[in-house]
Amino acid sequence: MRKLLPIVLLALAGHAWGLDRAAVGKLAFGESDERSAAIAALVAEGDPRAAEVLSALAAGHMRTAGERVLIAKGESAADAVTGEAVTPVPGDMEEVIANNRLRGEIEGALAALKLFSGERGVRLEAAKALAGGADAGVLPVVKRALGKEKDAEIRALLDLTAASMEVAGGPQQTRLAAIARLGESSSANSRTLLAAALNDADQDIRIAAERSLRAVQGRLAWGERAGLAFAGVSLGSILLLAALGLAITYGLMGVINMAHGELIMIGAYATYVVQNLFKAHLPGAFDWYLLAAVPASFVVAALVGMALERGVIRWLYGRPLETLLATWGISLMLIQAVRTIFGAQNVQVENPAFMSGGIEAFSNVVLPWNRIVIICFAAAVLAAMWLLLTRTRLGLFVRGVTQNRDMAACVGVPTARVDTWAFGLGSGIAGLAGCALSQIGNVGPDLGQGYIVDSFMVVVFGGVGQLAGTVYAALVLGFANKALESVSGAVIAKIAVLVFIIFFIQRRPQGLFAAKGRALEA
Amino acid sequence: MNRFYGAGGWSAIAAFAAIAFLVFPLLSLAVPQGSALHVSQYWVTLIGKIMCYAMVAIAMDLIWGYAGILSLGHGLFFALGGYAMGMYLMRQIGREGQYQSELPDFMVFLDWKELPWHWWNTDQFWWAALLVVLVPGLLAFVFGFFAFRSRVKGVYFSIITQALTFAAMLAFFRNAMGFGGNNGFTDFKRILGFAVTTPQTRIGLFMATAAALLGTLLLARWIVTSKLGRVLTAIRDAEARVAFCGYNTVHYKLAVFTLSAVLCGIAGALYVPQVGIINPSEMSPANSIEIAIWAALGGRGTLVGPMLGAGVVNGAKSFFTQAFPEYWLYFLGLIFILATLYLPQGLGGLARQWRQRRA
Repeated sequence: MRKLLPIVLLALAGHAWGLDRAAVGKLAFGESDERSAAIAALVAEGDPRAAEVLSALAAGHMRTAGERVLIAKGESAADAVTGEAVTPVPGDMEEVIANNRLRGEIEGALAALKLFSGERGVRLEAAKALAGGADAGVLPVVKRALGKEKDAEIRALLDLTAASMEVAGGPQQTRLAAIARLGESSSANSRTLLAAALNDADQDIRIAAERSLRAVQGRLAWGERAGLAFAGVSLGSILLLAALGLAITYGLMGVINMAHGELIMIGAYATYVVQNLFKAHLPGAFDWYLLAAVPASFVVAALVGMALERGVIRWLYGRPLETLLATWGISLMLIQAVRTIFGAQNVQVENPAFMSGGIEAFSNVVLPWNRIVIICFAAAVLAAMWLLLTRTRLGLFVRGVTQNRDMAACVGVPTARVDTWAFGLGSGIAGLAGCALSQIGNVGPDLGQGYIVDSFMVVVFGGVGQLAGTVYAALVLGFANKALESVSGAVIAKIAVLVFIIFFIQRRPQGLFAAKGRALEA
Repeated sequence: MNRFYGAGGWSAIAAFAAIAFLVFPLLSLAVPQGSALHVSQYWVTLIGKIMCYAMVAIAMDLIWGYAGILSLGHGLFFALGGYAMGMYLMRQIGREGQYQSELPDFMVFLDWKELPWHWWNTDQFWWAALLVVLVPGLLAFVFGFFAFRSRVKGVYFSIITQALTFAAMLAFFRNAMGFGGNNGFTDFKRILGFAVTTPQTRIGLFMATAAALLGTLLLARWIVTSKLGRVLTAIRDAEARVAFCGYNTVHYKLAVFTLSAVLCGIAGALYVPQVGIINPSEMSPANSIEIAIWAALGGRGTLVGPMLGAGVVNGAKSFFTQAFPEYWLYFLGLIFILATLYLPQGLGGLARQWRQRRA
């Protein structure tokens, strides 16, 4: 820090006649350490021209011609120090290369320069960028900005940034003060810095750092727990959406529908088509395209599902293994059909504006809006399905046919038609799942393949024929997956969950919630 | 049903043996390249590959056609056998790999200094051959023991075997497993000291595969004509009744499941040196379901039918993927639907019906 001081003073002295010529020269010709120092010097001037020079270097527009440093702008060139146009443009210009380290420093420096902007928003952005980790060289600038800044939020950020820079070195007193200030923050960055300070040679520093670290960790832990819980609920709601349709077609009707994943995919593609229609014909209402996409994806998937039931599946009732193979064949044909129509590449489905961004619940946890919307959506679909099954005539018929098909037929329930409608309902819900998935992941022909094993696991784990079981199973598996993921990584977590379900089925073949009965053959 | 094979059957087997062991090698090795009768490398590999699939189809028929258990884990057993053989083949490369190291290339790439424990002794052929049989066999035995004991059956069994396959695929995709991750094993150089790519070695592998296929067929036929086979068929048709008659159905199902897995492992081991690559995509759930359709198309419970089914589907696959790649999935999907809707007994059943109608 101290060795930078003379340069800073020098730079301030040179302010009157443009940029510091020596610093610009070092920036162009110097060794890597000299160049870093030069960046700090330029930043310290707080001159808008400094930003221009630095961004030119980052963009690869800085040139040297002999001793002079120039900035190329298309055909013309300007002197880097004075900003005056240079004519004629020298013929033997050489590009000044900025390596990755330098680029990182320039980024920090540019952010630091923005701290003096007149607009609060720009300053806040810059302060946030710097708080994420910046080179110690910008410390004097941060301090100077801190002196001028009146806004409390920006001040807090800058104060934290300054503290995190002061921890690294300098007089013991400053460092201790910095450690104490870091201890009051709750950012992951402070934790890393404090953890590094634990290995310091100075014992006082070590003790102070440990105390501060404990405080920070206590605060961070809550955020992490909340983040994990949210991720679990989020994954659980996705699993639930994917599995709800299957809970009807497989759980209630006993049809092994291997094309379930492809019905999800069809829902996602329906969303994509609706999005494109809105883009082409109603660009003003683009943010509301989901309102049309939700019913569209339901109807398209339901129609495809009903066609499947009428055309193929109804001939195979009572032969589950054959149903499995036939629906697998259908899924292959659907995948290929989508490839033929939309191409094998993933397609782009954009979030509406209100679904991007998120709520910052804790300093280290941001809850994305699209996830929150999907959780609510899953709850709404679940509620709608529950109402449909328990409060409507169709629901009554579906339950009746499930419990005793022959008896239902005897009292006049059109069982074949109920089958078609119920299958359509299950398929439509798969379509809704596709609509939701299109908002958080890639949409491609193979989208459904990734969900088929998962959906079956959820339904089987929850207990076939039990809607409540499906809900619990989805949430439990979502939590388990995320909790394991934080320990062992995504793939291992997934494998562990699968193996767990395999063992669980051995112990309890009827799932979490079994339909009560005394039949030998379930 | 309890007769082994009649005169017709035996002469068909003899004809197959004559073609596989005499005609084919002669046409491939002795007939010069330009001749119309010459059999090219492409065909040797393709038919060798299909014979491996036919073995898997027989194994599938044993478990599904006779015992009524649809396993969607047979692709896994096949791939495990293949991986066991692949480990041996990787060790045979020796120092001829890209990095000139004793270790397989992918381990050098991962900066590993020594072989992981499960590669122990894999440079010995006998050990690799033992692994080919033991690994799928043990896995099937343990998995089947728990599953059958808890009376997991029907679709449930299919779904959890599929989950097992899926989990294994995810695991093998990881580099840390020590099986080459995404890329698996490839670039084989030698097997038992013979260069893998020469026509002679190819024909040797071809004949070994033909012998294994014949052995599988005869073994399977022996089983289904024995008392074990009859109990299995009875389990398929009325498991509860068989159990009430005093048979422990778990033992029978477990025996046939394990045997079936071992046969798949052997098929996989013969498949890998001929195709020259093994990677985790062999374990994808789709492959296991495809195996089921070979058996369904050919006709379950006939042994020969599934062999033919494997031949028809895979022959069509190599035709389509070259001539009309876009239409292959339509065709395969159509086979799945037609075979289940209109051919409950498969092509074999169709032939039988036709014969009965003429008689």
